[in-house]
Amino acid sequence: MTSVDYVAPTDVEAAVAALGASKGNAYILAGGTDLLVQLRTGRVHPGTIVDIKRISETRTISEKDGAYTIGAAVTGAEMSAHKGLSQTWPGIVEAMDLIGSQQIQGRASPGGNLCNASPAADCVPALIAAGVSCTIAGPGGRRTVPVEDVVTGPGQTSLDANEFIVSFEVPKPAPRTGDAYLRLIPRTEMDIAVVGAGVCLSLAEDGTCQAAKVALGAVAPTQVVVAAGADALIGSKIDDVALEKLGQAAKAACSPIDDKRGTIEYREKVAAVLAKRAALKALERAKAR
Amino acid sequence: MSKIHVTTSVNGEEVEYLCEAQQTMLDVLRDELGLTGTKEGCSTGDCGACSVIVDGDVVCSCLMLGAEAEGRNVETIEGLAAPDHLHPVQKQFLEHAALQCGFCTPGFLVAAKALLDRNQNPTETEIRYWLAGNLCRCTGYDKIVRAVQDAAAEMRGA
Amino acid sequence: MGQEPVETKWVGKRIVRPDGVDKVTGRANFGADMNLPGMLEAKILRSPHAHARIKKIDTSKAEALKGVHAVVTGADFPELKAASVDGGEAQVNLKDLGENLMARDKALYDGHAVAAVAATSASIANDALDLIEVEYELLPHVIDVEAAMKDDAPLLHDDMFTSGVEPQPKKPSNIAARMEFGAGDTAKGFAEADVIVERTFRTAATHQGYIEPHAAVAEWTEDGQSRIWCSSQGHFAIRSMTTALLDMEEAELRVMPAEIGGGFGGKTTIYLEPVALLLSKKSGRPIRIVMSREEVFRGSGPTSGSVVKTKIGATNDGKITAGEVELKYEAGAYAGSPAMPGCMTAFACYDIENAKVVGYDVVSNRPKCAAYRAPGAPMTAFAVESVLDEISEKIKMDPVELRMKNAAKEGTRALYGAKFKQIGFEETLKAAKDHPHYSAPLGPNQGRGIACGFWFNIGGESTANINVNPDGSVTVVSPNPDIGGSRASMVLMAAEVLGIDPEKIRITIGDTASIGYSGLTGGSRVTFAVGMAVVEAAKDVVKQLCERAAKIWEVDFEGVEWRDGAAHPASTNVGDFDPLTLGDLAAQAGKLGGTVVGASSINARGAGPGFGTHICDVEVDKETGRVDVVRYTAIQDAGKAVHPSYVEGQMQGGVAQGVGWALNEEYIYNDDGQLENPGFLDYRVPVTSDMPMIDTVIVEVPNPFHPYGVRGVGEVPIVPPLAAVANAVSHAVEKRMEQLPISPPRLLSIIDG
Repeated sequence: MTSVDYVAPTDVEAAVAALGASKGNAYILAGGTDLLVQLRTGRVHPGTIVDIKRISETRTISEKDGAYTIGAAVTGAEMSAHKGLSQTWPGIVEAMDLIGSQQIQGRASPGGNLCNASPAADCVPALIAAGVSCTIAGPGGRRTVPVEDVVTGPGQTSLDANEFIVSFEVPKPAPRTGDAYLRLIPRTEMDIAVVGAGVCLSLAEDGTCQAAKVALGAVAPTQVVVAAGADALIGSKIDDVALEKLGQAAKAACSPIDDKRGTIEYREKVAAVLAKRAALKALERAKAR
Repeated sequence: MSKIHVTTSVNGEEVEYLCEAQQTMLDVLRDELGLTGTKEGCSTGDCGACSVIVDGDVVCSCLMLGAEAEGRNVETIEGLAAPDHLHPVQKQFLEHAALQCGFCTPGFLVAAKALLDRNQNPTETEIRYWLAGNLCRCTGYDKIVRAVQDAAAEMRGA
Repeated sequence: MGQEPVETKWVGKRIVRPDGVDKVTGRANFGADMNLPGMLEAKILRSPHAHARIKKIDTSKAEALKGVHAVVTGADFPELKAASVDGGEAQVNLKDLGENLMARDKALYDGHAVAAVAATSASIANDALDLIEVEYELLPHVIDVEAAMKDDAPLLHDDMFTSGVEPQPKKPSNIAARMEFGAGDTAKGFAEADVIVERTFRTAATHQGYIEPHAAVAEWTEDGQSRIWCSSQGHFAIRSMTTALLDMEEAELRVMPAEIGGGFGGKTTIYLEPVALLLSKKSGRPIRIVMSREEVFRGSGPTSGSVVKTKIGATNDGKITAGEVELKYEAGAYAGSPAMPGCMTAFACYDIENAKVVGYDVVSNRPKCAAYRAPGAPMTAFAVESVLDEISEKIKMDPVELRMKNAAKEGTRALYGAKFKQIGFEETLKAAKDHPHYSAPLGPNQGRGIACGFWFNIGGESTANINVNPDGSVTVVSPNPDIGGSRASMVLMAAEVLGIDPEKIRITIGDTASIGYSGLTGGSRVTFAVGMAVVEAAKDVVKQLCERAAKIWEVDFEGVEWRDGAAHPASTNVGDFDPLTLGDLAAQAGKLGGTVVGASSINARGAGPGFGTHICDVEVDKETGRVDVVRYTAIQDAGKAVHPSYVEGQMQGGVAQGVGWALNEEYIYNDDGQLENPGFLDYRVPVTSDMPMIDTVIVEVPNPFHPYGVRGVGEVPIVPPLAAVANAVSHAVEKRMEQLPISPPRLLSIIDG
């Protein structure tokens, strides 16, 4: 019943100003694949919709000295089509690609996937595992925070009302680094993850794992960093013993719920399975580097 | 509640319309532009009946605001055929009986066209995953996949 | 009887469907595509409670909202009469029908309609819904079928006394009906068995899942010429039900058939049409109502969830000695689950001397179930075919062989009473055994299942008109919505009789004012029964054309025969005349008595029962419980495939729905009785990448009652897949599946014991 404003600023400062000027709640529109459903079902009542897709910085993938910057509103289809990014960070790109259909891929963005703050967001565990941070713009200028510090609970983020994510900063990978993301869904496509697992690891020249990060999705109110899982891998050759420990750690890190998509018991079991499988996939990629 | 004025291209023709901020592209196409070939099956992006191509990417028009179309290039089912002949994928859908009720068909055709625009030699698996966002409850998908395969072959001149 | 197939020129050809171009170009008009000048959009307010007394509805604030033109509640409808009305396939209880589409004193499920608003836009109508104040008194609810049958269960209807029990109980219950029938002596039969398997199987409620949500446009006129445009499986039934609920004569309402975007039984009943018409009457404007997907799931008919206890005994050499089934089907909020067809089909594939079936039709706080493709049959087939699979394992007999040994054949009297004429069940079994799929090797973690299925198929009242145009082209008017290519089949049969190219024939679906009454597009009856009407109408045309040729040649009518689209002298004795083509005769129609119009109105009898045998391979991820269907073959007796592509399409579509039912589809309720998954995100129908190609084998054992041997084909293919998939998974994990869907969490817990 209240009127809604739509604005499509062309630079970051104007977007921040539009957020501040909104008479009601302001919502950022990137791909809109979550926001439009929430609008339709009446879950959100915006005063202003701020479309950030006309800001070139949010829509660009760039590379500098081996590190990538991914605009927050870049689409999944664009990430998949980016050869350099796909070769360097296949886990991140796959995770993004798993979100929804080809139609969703034409719109959905990593910024939206993160800020929707669903525990089941597919690209988030992969971003966390890869050590990605994001650049947040607000009235006080810009700040950079690790991805794992953004989501604070289902539908909740640490962003202030007038802030939004401009881009993601993906580090230059260490030599012999591989990443992977796997999820469990009942069908082959179109479902929300029942469990998701992202693993990134780096090998020494002799094949010993010298760095690792493991993150799980859909098993707790937010994505979970499994430090004990990384510890199980580091120093090992990712043998069965290490993988078993990783699985145990993944299971222990879960604090899931029973819901229409899965049971607590199921999510714990599958978290262990997927963490191990993702580690093996990451290992294979690291070895190929 | 002042409306937003949008100028965009639909099926190669420049159109102008007024829409509300919350109005979806699907509603604009159907209610403002009279293009009812694009169907509403769910309005949550889960069925693909409302598929359109925007600047080369297939998207669900139910998940896009009409206001976002400013300066874009929108292709709908109504623009698929030339005046004197059907697009190969339309023709093959008919030859293969790849439709029963026909309600999901416009969405499938638009999505398939977007695939064939970039890949004229897709594997069965590529076709199946590309079309996974288009639900069909009648056909079991078999004839749809075969129709797309044959449309690809036709377009390759094979 | 041994009827031989009929030689045909056009029947059996894979022509492009007559409505094809409209449907691939976006021109075809479905229910929601209609737009009338001055039309208002209407929305329906639905109960958020599973069971509640409606104490008061205050619509004043909604009515006061700018842009709102009319609001209706149950109180605006004529008083409901305890009578039945023609629902196309069966008689429908008028009181239940009316209460289901607009609640009166109680809301009986989450999603039950309680009011409707018409406004100048959909968003205003939605805003107005928020302004309607409904005072509910919450009542205890019951969702599960077995819980609803308990003595102390919350009662939905104070006046429901179980029928079929003598003497009829004086205490009300949620059990609407009990039914039982049988043959022989099952105790004796089980005593003769070497092996007996008894298990209880459960299936979840599943939705038809048509992609087009229900939609209707209505325009009331004061002079008794109201109009409705809607997508349905039968506009004559829409007319009957709507006029009965609104106290109108049938002639006062004309129902125009829009194209229908899938139904599978779910569009045989009404939800919107009387509401739209009443809003139109109240507002003086045309009204459009389109359901959202959420409303489709919460407010329109799924099929029953079920509990089916099955016990079958057999000898070591594979003879079934006895079988018993006891089934409990969820009807939803009003009586009328498909418990009876569930009972009737349970053992219909087999010749069993001693058998007994008992069924219960049970109400609970769920949406009223609607017909869903072979209503009631897939659930009992899941149970019976699973038990047979286990028996074949126990007696170490090939599962097809076991079925072959007990297969119903011509002369078998089915438990439900019918004595089969020529049927093709054994032929489907033989085709299964001979199919390369059946003997192909399986990979690791894979399993193969087979299962069979039966459906009666029906005939019924059907009409057809055929107009011969002055230039010799032909227009067929069919009374039945084309849900999956029936226009093509009608044209092929008309071409066959008339002896002309199908290209010369156009077909249209007539509205309720332009052709005589016909039953539903349902029951797998259209190609059979309406096809027979078209054949009769075409024969009527031929007869008239021959009469005219006889007149021109000045010979007896018997002296003229019709072949290849022209009248010929029946023999040289008649005389030496050049043939008169349909075009020649059409051109002279005016001189010979006027336009040639063929018409027929029949009540088609002798629908041939249909049988199918399916083979399914699955692969199981034993660490996660995920199942992939990796190969599928469906074999079915179609009698005669009029358009083989659309027969294959029916088979493939039924398989996909059955696979969804088996693996992932289910209605999920929370503790408050609210539906948790009213959308395609979490009500998981199979997507393109979930399915393999679906191989089909059409067996043709002619139905002796149809001129071309046609049997219905649409429903049989959803009957076997539940058991075929479950049997395949059971073999892959070496544990018996007793509950659907076999979702990953459920399967993993079974694998892990």
